Amino acid sequence: MAIGGSEALEVSEAAGTQLDFLDLGGQIAARSPLQLFWRRLRQDRVALVSAGFIVLLIVLAVAAPLVIKILGLPGPNVQNLNLTDEFGSPLGPTSGHPFGVDQLGHDVMSRVIYGTRVSLEVGIIGTALSTLIGVFFGLVAGYYRGWVDTVISRMTDVVLSIPLLLLGIGIGAACAVKGCLGGAIQPGLRVIIFLIVFATWPYMARIVRGLVLSLREREFVDASRALGASDARIMVREILPNLTAPIIVFASLQIPSNILIEAALSFLGVGIRPPTASWGQMIASATPIFNTAWWYMVFPGAALLLTVLAFNLLGDGLRDALNPRGAR
Amino acid sequence: MTGYVIRRVVWGIALLIIVCALTFLLFRIIPTGNPAVLRAGRDPQPQLIKEIERVLGLDKSLPTQFWDYIKGVFLHFNFGYSYYSQQSVLSLIRERLPATLSLTLGAAVVWMVAGLSIGIISALKRRTFWDRASMGTALVLISAPEFWLGLLALLLFSNDIGKLHLFPGAGSYVGLTADPLKWFTSLIMPWCVLAAGSAAVFARLMRGSMIETMDEDYIRTARAKGLPERRVIRQGVRSSINPIVTLLALEVGVLLGGAVLIEYVFNIPGVGLLAYHSIVQSDFEVIQGTVLLASMFIIIANIAADIGYAYLDPRVRYS
Repeated sequence: MAIGGSEALEVSEAAGTQLDFLDLGGQIAARSPLQLFWRRLRQDRVALVSAGFIVLLIVLAVAAPLVIKILGLPGPNVQNLNLTDEFGSPLGPTSGHPFGVDQLGHDVMSRVIYGTRVSLEVGIIGTALSTLIGVFFGLVAGYYRGWVDTVISRMTDVVLSIPLLLLGIGIGAACAVKGCLGGAIQPGLRVIIFLIVFATWPYMARIVRGLVLSLREREFVDASRALGASDARIMVREILPNLTAPIIVFASLQIPSNILIEAALSFLGVGIRPPTASWGQMIASATPIFNTAWWYMVFPGAALLLTVLAFNLLGDGLRDALNPRGAR
Repeated sequence: MTGYVIRRVVWGIALLIIVCALTFLLFRIIPTGNPAVLRAGRDPQPQLIKEIERVLGLDKSLPTQFWDYIKGVFLHFNFGYSYYSQQSVLSLIRERLPATLSLTLGAAVVWMVAGLSIGIISALKRRTFWDRASMGTALVLISAPEFWLGLLALLLFSNDIGKLHLFPGAGSYVGLTADPLKWFTSLIMPWCVLAAGSAAVFARLMRGSMIETMDEDYIRTARAKGLPERRVIRQGVRSSINPIVTLLALEVGVLLGGAVLIEYVFNIPGVGLLAYHSIVQSDFEVIQGTVLLASMFIIIANIAADIGYAYLDPRVRYS
């Protein structure tokens, strides 16, 4: 893309600001890293369209009842058995039901719209929690090294050698009936988020640890220590701000993969359960009839694909904007 | 090198024991249901539940149960017994292993050949139409849920319900020894669907690594010396493939997880389908066994990748 060109431009402008320093009457202000990032991101049309799409999804999720009313669709749990034929097969897309209906006479489009809620909740809350834990352990391991690092790194080894989906099936099944840990984790959304956090924090921890290991040797850390700063202060105020870019990039790419994990678990019947609408669970209940009622399988899947694709494209865009040297 | 291999293998064995302990704890502590009640059937007498608890060893203390389980796994390779069919978990898994191995190994071949070659070609034809088209497709494949791709493939290409009657549909799997040709054709779609996501990830990784390598000074030197382009590319591929090798092992877990979904969608009687049916029947002993066995595969694959990498790149051995 135009990154090479814009970078050259910025270099010359940076030189300009340096000269400016000498020329007191100058009008060009220095740009903060945030401004530079925003300038680059603004030129990335794909990333902007994806960001727009994600904003639209968030609006859809928050205002789902309103959107459905405006579109004149029945609610996600309104059953209308007149919409299935005499053999119980659902009817396909019509003007009143653009995405068709399912076996129970639910409107598929309104369930797809409500399904946005689950996917975004899992994607955003799950990623936020696992990022928090991963960054904490990564910082501590990289900063203190020694036995602390050994223990944390070995913990990541252990978690990463358990296949997430199989573990998810097991835990999901165990918690599906009455919840688990004596009812502390209720079936549904919470189990899924618990699983995602449990299984994905090591990735972030490993990345952060590697970066901290090299950052802690830098002069600004020595300087801060010489000024008498505590370990906690150095970690949070000195090292952490330098990690913002990689953390944002990795977390933004974690969101789509978490959405896919939720879909897979719900598809296997251990995640979100009816009557709550979730895309993965809709595809699961479409599976027995997908050769006749293709719409019930295709639309939730397409919603998943577009959502995950938008997050992936935005993540790529953020990475390019935060790291202009990366090859494209 | 020997020292590195020994260190790596010792940690691998320790890892296995820890994973075993962790799965044991997770599956004993987390479920709220009592396995003895699950096994006893409808409206059981308290007497019967007591009896089953005694037979399963559930009346013993947790540490004793744990010790028995570990002993079983490591000394006798015994992963317990299915609550549902009373068969040993190992024999259940062994019966279904050929189907899963056929699926995953075949998919691994498709994944590596397709992923790496598309990545290399894209890097060499950077910024052309081919590059953009294949990277765009790769991103779509990464973003699509594989079970949905499987259903879509069946809807489009299977010879029973598909729009184009190209490949055998769901439930057509036969063993390799029974009918090699049918085995191959029935697995074409599952292989491609299972490999799609991983192949796309590796095409992107390989492209990035290759682009970086081809900008290196020694590649320019090789060209300046007048080496034919074929040999320059071969050199570039050799050094850009190294960092990808360790990542291959991480993807084994993804492949094993995906096998559950693909076996379910294509109705292939493998370990994944066994795990799926065990969820429906709350057969935790079987699920625990499959989790543990899959973890073993992942750990072994990781050790193999690390040793392979150390062999390729001597610097790793000393760190």
